[in-house]
Amino acid sequence: MTPILEFKKTCVSYTKQTMAVKYVSAAIERNTITAIMGPSGCGKSTLLRAANLMHDLYPNIRVDGEILLNGENILSMEPIDVRRRIGMVFQRPVPFPTMSIYDNVLSGYTLNGIRLDKTERDATVERCLRNVALWDEVKDVLNKKGTFLSGGQQQRLCIARALAMKPDVLLMDEPTSALDPIATAHIEELMQELQKEVTILIVTHNMGQAMRISSKSMFMYLGELVEYGDTDTMFSNPADERTRAYLTGKMG
Amino acid sequence: MNKTNTQHRLAKDRLMLWGVCLFATLTAVPLFAILGEVLLRGYDQLSWSFFTEPTPTAYKVMKAIEAGQSIPGGIANGIVGTVLMLSMASLVAIPAGILCGAFLAENSKNRFAQIVSYLTDLLQGTPSVIIGIVTYIWVVVPMRGYSAIAGSVALFVMMLPLIIRSTEETLKILPASLKEAGLALGGNRARVMLKVQLPAAFGGIFTGVLLAISRVIGETAPLMFTALGCSFIRWSIDKPISAVPLLIWEFFNDPNLQELIWGASLFLLLFVLTLNLLSKYLAKKWNQ
Repeated sequence: MTPILEFKKTCVSYTKQTMAVKYVSAAIERNTITAIMGPSGCGKSTLLRAANLMHDLYPNIRVDGEILLNGENILSMEPIDVRRRIGMVFQRPVPFPTMSIYDNVLSGYTLNGIRLDKTERDATVERCLRNVALWDEVKDVLNKKGTFLSGGQQQRLCIARALAMKPDVLLMDEPTSALDPIATAHIEELMQELQKEVTILIVTHNMGQAMRISSKSMFMYLGELVEYGDTDTMFSNPADERTRAYLTGKMG
Repeated sequence: MNKTNTQHRLAKDRLMLWGVCLFATLTAVPLFAILGEVLLRGYDQLSWSFFTEPTPTAYKVMKAIEAGQSIPGGIANGIVGTVLMLSMASLVAIPAGILCGAFLAENSKNRFAQIVSYLTDLLQGTPSVIIGIVTYIWVVVPMRGYSAIAGSVALFVMMLPLIIRSTEETLKILPASLKEAGLALGGNRARVMLKVQLPAAFGGIFTGVLLAISRVIGETAPLMFTALGCSFIRWSIDKPISAVPLLIWEFFNDPNLQELIWGASLFLLLFVLTLNLLSKYLAKKWNQ
C-alpha cells in the first residue's frame, strides 16, 4: 500500500546559502500519529509547513524534492486543492474573530465557496464539534464568537474546523504549547480518537507528549532527519548518538 | 548614593513633569480657544430654520436688520451640497481605497505595489488647492461648467490616500496566522481576504473612512474650482452646488451676511468633532 504522505529528498531553503530542511525522506503511515521532535530551529515546523504548501505564501522560500500525497506530488498541484486535503492546526489557536462558533466550524466550506443546505450545515457542525468533544460545552452558545472560548476550547474549535473539510492528513504545529496541562490532556486524548479517521503529523517540543500519543517519531537536527522509527524503540534504544543526547536532555 | 544626590534627581524629575504638563496644556489651548470662540458667537444662530432654509439674499438681510430682527435663512443649500458630494465621493473612494489598501498590504514586496504606495504618500501630501485646479482642468473644462460631480471628484481624490493607508495599516497589524489559517483550509487569497481579513480589520477600516470624511468635509479650496457654489437648495449633480465651507467663505465676503459665519462654522466643527469621537469610540470597541 502506498503511504499516505511521503517526503522524498525534501529540501526547504529560506535563503540561497542555507537550507533549513535538508534532503528529508520519510513515509508516513496511514492512520497513525507521527511526532516530529528536535531542538528549536532544527527545521521541524518548516518541514511540516512544506506539506500543505504554506511556504508558497512567501516568494523567497524554495521547496525542492518531492512530497507525495497518495503517490501524487503536491509540489506540482494547486495549493488550494492540496490544503483542502491536508489540514493544519497552528501553535496558537486562531478562530476567525468575526465568525460565530457555528460559522467557524463551517469556515472551510465558506472559504472554498461550497454551499451546504441548512440540515447539512447543522449536521456538519454537530459531527465536528462532537469529534473534538466540544459539542456539550458549546451547543447552547453556537452563535457566540469563537474568541469567547477558553484557549483549550478555541484550539479544539480550530481542530473541528480543520476536520470539517474531511482531510486525509492533519498537520499540527505544537498545538498544545500555548495551553495549560488540563487543556493539553484533552487535546491529546482527542488525537488518539482522531487517528482512526485521519493521519496526524505533529510537531512537538514536549517529549512526554510524543511518547504518550505517537506510534512513530522523527528526530530532526540542523535540518536533517536523524532518525525515524517506532516511538517506543526511539525512546528506549535510539540508534543515533544525537537522538540519545536530545532525549536525555543533554542537548536542545 | 548619598541623600543630596537623590534629592537632586527627584527635583529634576519634578521639573520634567512640570515641563511636560505645561506644554501639553499649551497644545490644548488653541483647540479650546477656537471651540469657545465659535461656540460663543455661533450658539444663538443655531435654530431649526438655520438648517432648513437656504442662504438669504442681501436684500432680505438688510430689511431684517432695519427691522431689528435676527438674520433670516440658513445653510441648508450648503448642507445638501456637502452631503451630496461627500456621498458620491465616498461611494467610489471607499471600495476603491479598501481594494487598493488590501493590494498594498498583501504585496508589500511587489515593485508595482511599492510604486503605488509611494504615490499614495505623495497624493496625501498634495495641497488641496492643486487637487482643485487639476480637477478643474479634468472635469469642469470638458463638462463646460461647474458641478457637484466635479466637486465630488476633487473630494474623492483627497479621500483616497487616507482610506488606502488606513486599510493597509490595519490589515498589516492583523496576525499573519489569521491569513495562514484561512489559506490552510483551502481558501484562495481573494476569499480569505474577503471573508477573514477584511471583516477582522473592519473596525480600523471604518475608523479610517470616518477620518477621511471628517478630513475632507471642511475642504474649501478644491470646491471653489469645481462646485463653485449656489444660493438655493439644489439636488442635481451636473449643476453648480454649494457646500458648508464654501458658504463660510461667501459669508465672509459679504458684509451683510457676516453674522452667519459663526453658525456655519459651529455646525462644521461639531460635525467633525462628532465624527472624530465616533471613530475613536469604534476603534476602542474594536480593539477589545
